[in-house]
Amino acid sequence: MGVRIAEEWLHSCSGCEIAILNIGEPLIDLLARIDFVHIPVLMDHKYYGQLGGDSSLEIPEAEVGIVSGGVANEEHLEVLEAMRASCKILIALGTCATHGGLPALMNEWGMEKGIEDYYKTATTEKCSVPDQVVPKPLDRVYAVDEKVKIDLMLPGCPPNPALIAEVVVSLLEGRDPVIPGKSVCHTCPTRREGKGSVKSVRRFVQNAQYDPDKPLDEMRCLLEQGVMCMGPVTAAGCAAGRGAPSCISARVPCRGCFGPVRPDGNQMLDMMNALASNGIDWKTVVDRRSLLRFSGAHGLLRPLPATTTTKE
Amino acid sequence: MGKVINIQPITRIEGHARIAIHLDDAGNVEDAFLHVMSLRGFEKFIEGRPAEEVPRIVNRICGICPWMHHLASNKAVDGCFGVTPTPAGHKLREVCQVMAHINDKILHFFFLAAPDFVLGPDADYSVRNVIGIVKEAPELAGQVVKMRQLGQMMLERFAGKAIHPIAGVAGGFAKPMTREERDELLASCKTLLEFALYAMDYAKTSVFAKYEETIATLGAITTGFLGTVDGSGALRIYDGHFRFMKADGTTTDFPVDQYDQYISEHVESWTYGKLPYAKCWNEGFSMDLDDPHGIYRANTLARINVCDHIATPHAQAELEEFRDKFGRPAQGTLLYHWARLIELVYACERSIELLEQDDILDTDVRARVEPKAGRGIGAVEAPRGSLIHDYTTDENGCIVKANMIVGTTHNIAPMNMSVKQAATSLIKDGVYDETLLNKVEMAVRAYDP
Repeated sequence: MGVRIAEEWLHSCSGCEIAILNIGEPLIDLLARIDFVHIPVLMDHKYYGQLGGDSSLEIPEAEVGIVSGGVANEEHLEVLEAMRASCKILIALGTCATHGGLPALMNEWGMEKGIEDYYKTATTEKCSVPDQVVPKPLDRVYAVDEKVKIDLMLPGCPPNPALIAEVVVSLLEGRDPVIPGKSVCHTCPTRREGKGSVKSVRRFVQNAQYDPDKPLDEMRCLLEQGVMCMGPVTAAGCAAGRGAPSCISARVPCRGCFGPVRPDGNQMLDMMNALASNGIDWKTVVDRRSLLRFSGAHGLLRPLPATTTTKE
Repeated sequence: MGKVINIQPITRIEGHARIAIHLDDAGNVEDAFLHVMSLRGFEKFIEGRPAEEVPRIVNRICGICPWMHHLASNKAVDGCFGVTPTPAGHKLREVCQVMAHINDKILHFFFLAAPDFVLGPDADYSVRNVIGIVKEAPELAGQVVKMRQLGQMMLERFAGKAIHPIAGVAGGFAKPMTREERDELLASCKTLLEFALYAMDYAKTSVFAKYEETIATLGAITTGFLGTVDGSGALRIYDGHFRFMKADGTTTDFPVDQYDQYISEHVESWTYGKLPYAKCWNEGFSMDLDDPHGIYRANTLARINVCDHIATPHAQAELEEFRDKFGRPAQGTLLYHWARLIELVYACERSIELLEQDDILDTDVRARVEPKAGRGIGAVEAPRGSLIHDYTTDENGCIVKANMIVGTTHNIAPMNMSVKQAATSLIKDGVYDETLLNKVEMAVRAYDP
């Protein structure tokens, strides 16, 4: 018998589960030491018994629980609470679970208004919002730690397979996992020349300046090139096992997908501060609230009546 | 009042859904539903965003096919800003899209669907999964894990991220392809083609041959189809125009930017998923098994049905064999798996074809882009079906309105019908067991929702 693991996905896209598979061949070795007892993407364990006749939702007991996705409806909440009750250690996997992730952009409107408008697109027949059998939405998108106690947070959109493996192996070995604690910039090889003449940041409508035949360490820092890049305010982790931040490898700027450097940080305010302290006019950032695009849970993104009015 | 069998969650699919089978007092199926249980609403929350940022937001619609959303979105943004990607930018996008199809098909066939066939629909649930295959057929499993990983990592090395990509940009691509990168990708794609041909052969001899009756009957319904072809009628997955085919084989071709004149979306009170149907057939919407109205299917089987031919040799040979055996259009729901493997072969061949063209190395990868007001409609064939993104921007180039029809959505009505067909034919007089309920799910899994 290996260590029993239960896995669930809530308000999510399955990217976290694909990241688990992207551990690749080492995963086959890990499988000899762990037993998945519940993981809907791969395995047929059912909530209400295998014949679908039970009246209450059941998740098998496990030493380790992994949950991806935020919490946005009553079913997510019920599953999350069952996971907490059944698992000794509960891990929040991916930025949706740790900070709401992209779907928490909906918090600018709230779930009810957002869903209402979803059923009004041009090709949709005139209808009322589905309300039979389907779970009721909550008021907004929550990170999982707003609803239950979480023992370990592993953000990322997607999370880095090397770090997922590190967490699982560390649990098997009974030690603390080694997870990067600094910012994306600390893992970025691009060349920094110090404060320059940049007074504003531009939208990414032209590519960065670089020689494609030369390595990343010969490309100048994108922020110093005047490109809005969220490396300074984003948790490191994407570079683990690959040598450079993933977006920088594609020569595009960071957008913050690992969430804030300090788990309770505010990527929008932190970024405004970072820009201001470098003499850059933060008002040149278009759609500043979308700097919270990965971390809008915990009440950070909220409907603002004034903003909503100007948008309509 | 009879009882309800609650298959929840549907497993080995991407997403949140349940099946409810309603039995009458005698234990026979009165009705059956596939309920889509979750809704995120990307159409809404991209409002206000700078359009050029949207391709790296909507990729999160699906962690299995993020490239498809990323690229359909980039095309839509190109349209809003009135820009045409440079030839190299266009080609780099296409090669990434086609390579992403390779992984997806390996994942779906071997990791999600195969346990039902390799271990059997009646195997215990605790082993009827990819981990069970690792234990039961370690050599096959090792090969499959290695090939999927090769497919994912080649994309990641070239484009920075395989999951939730960022390298496609309005006007083209963020970086050119170096000669070394090209040579490495080419070698990987050749290895994957070899594997694809092996997988096709393995499936025909060791999988499909064993389940001929199940393939012909399980979840079988009669519908129309939707896919993408080029001017010569050849299968296309990155660009081209849409083709509707009715069950009788007659076709209607239309440009992707006129999708809203041909497709409408019905809504039911019991599922969050919208149910698209062919408005242009002027017959309304009905999921009646004996007399469906407006119902068409998308995804692999649909594409294989609507195309006249496939422009790569191995896939074309497979298409001919498939048509000889099953006719055109083929209707068997489990034939989605067979069609999926034909597309796996095509995706490998097409990737090689693109990588062998030297102009893919051109460094002029991005056209000049200026944010402005406009409307753009972008479409690609995602693994799960025709994917459409439709955006409108304001004078700052920020999104004011968006509509999307996502691949899986096209199949929501057909999946409901297949579930009902499977449940009705399998469950009689209140007699059912885990194997029968899993077979009902197999009808859903074929669509790879």
